[in-house]
Amino acid sequence: MIKPLLDGLKTTLNHFFRKPITLQYPEEKWSPPERFRGQPVLIRNDEGEPRCVACGLCEKICPCGCITVHPHTGADGRRQLKRYTIDLLRCCFCGLCVESCPMAAIKMSSRYELANDRKEACVLHEQDLMEKIGPVSDVSG
Amino acid sequence: MIVNIIGELLKIIIIFSVIMGIVAYMTLMERRFLGFFQLRLGPNRVGPGGLLQPIADGIKLLFKEDMTVLHARSFYFILAPIISFVAVLLCFAVIPFSGTMYITDLSVAVLYLMAISSAGVYGVLLGGWSSNNKYSTLGAYRAAAQMISYEIPMALALAGVLILSGSMSLVDIVNAQKGLWYIVMQPVGFLIFFIAVSAETNRTPFDFLECENELVAGYQTEYSSMKFGMFYMAEYAHILLASCLITVFFLGGWNGPVLPALVWFFAKVFAVFFLFVWIRATYPRLRYDQLMAFSWKFLLPLAFLNLMISAVLVVALH
Repeated sequence: MIKPLLDGLKTTLNHFFRKPITLQYPEEKWSPPERFRGQPVLIRNDEGEPRCVACGLCEKICPCGCITVHPHTGADGRRQLKRYTIDLLRCCFCGLCVESCPMAAIKMSSRYELANDRKEACVLHEQDLMEKIGPVSDVSG
Repeated sequence: MIVNIIGELLKIIIIFSVIMGIVAYMTLMERRFLGFFQLRLGPNRVGPGGLLQPIADGIKLLFKEDMTVLHARSFYFILAPIISFVAVLLCFAVIPFSGTMYITDLSVAVLYLMAISSAGVYGVLLGGWSSNNKYSTLGAYRAAAQMISYEIPMALALAGVLILSGSMSLVDIVNAQKGLWYIVMQPVGFLIFFIAVSAETNRTPFDFLECENELVAGYQTEYSSMKFGMFYMAEYAHILLASCLITVFFLGGWNGPVLPALVWFFAKVFAVFFLFVWIRATYPRLRYDQLMAFSWKFLLPLAFLNLMISAVLVVALH
């Protein structure tokens, strides 16, 4: 009868000296796993321009219709990206846009702090999608 | 004469303010230690390492609405927390913190302690009864039954100490432990006293009078603001008192090599307090009838046996 009581005390004392698992959130940030699907980002090429060729496949495959792609014809007569919008309020973070992209120009980043106090701020345009994240050049294929 | 009185008053004020400070920080220590036991951090946001948390708690309590429910008997309702609090604080009058640091050295200090600490039951009982609420009343009845039941083994365990020291003055008891602490000579007495005193202070696993999941908060259910704060302070002061008593009766009080007496005393008090928190973090609360049966059917006979054996040994060895 006494031994289980002492065992219990031993267990709790072990816990006392273990490192707490609490993450003090605003100061300590959680680092998501490699394949975590956070906010989608557009990837720049080496010239700093978006790799996107405005084909619109992501817009077509997006199940919640949160992506809008506006192409225009550039000076060299090629189809270019004019505006690219992702409505994060609608986005379901499925990652189908990434899979469908033939140019590997879009990627799910690890950004997860997406809360905002204004609805408009949750609709991201191409400059937000690239500038805030910075160049993501380590994507292959 | 006047100078003497003023000196004594100053000593009392200083000792009581130090005690209140310790009580305030015991709440923080308990919460942080419980946090560590549960792999959490505990309150650490207010001030460096959470050191200002007790002050924040106090300010919050003061600014809460001080309610007296309509159906309560307001006189006793207000009186109850005061009785609880005063009864505990009065006990500190005889606690010797070091060879010279005590308010008074009564020759019947043990009797005084038993009498005054029993008066604390009235606070709980009146608080529960005057709230006019079934949970408060149930909690109060449980508390009264529990505190009275456990006082008997506690007194009997103390009797073993008194036989060894031959004095009821706490200063004499500590002085008698210069060579060997009574925890070595009275291990069973120490265990009984420790269990009984945890029940007296209503700590988990004996916290039947609060018992959140059965009785809301027991006798404190209807209390708010500073009246609740006084119950809370009384509870923690009681734990401090229990730690001091165990230190004085069984751990040799301020005796110890090298370090100054006060440091030894508070180190031991802190160790006992840590043990209380450790036990709270480990054991669950049992059933109420088991609590009563444990006291009357196990602790009480054991305390009698312990008393008898120590009496026989003391007589045989002298």
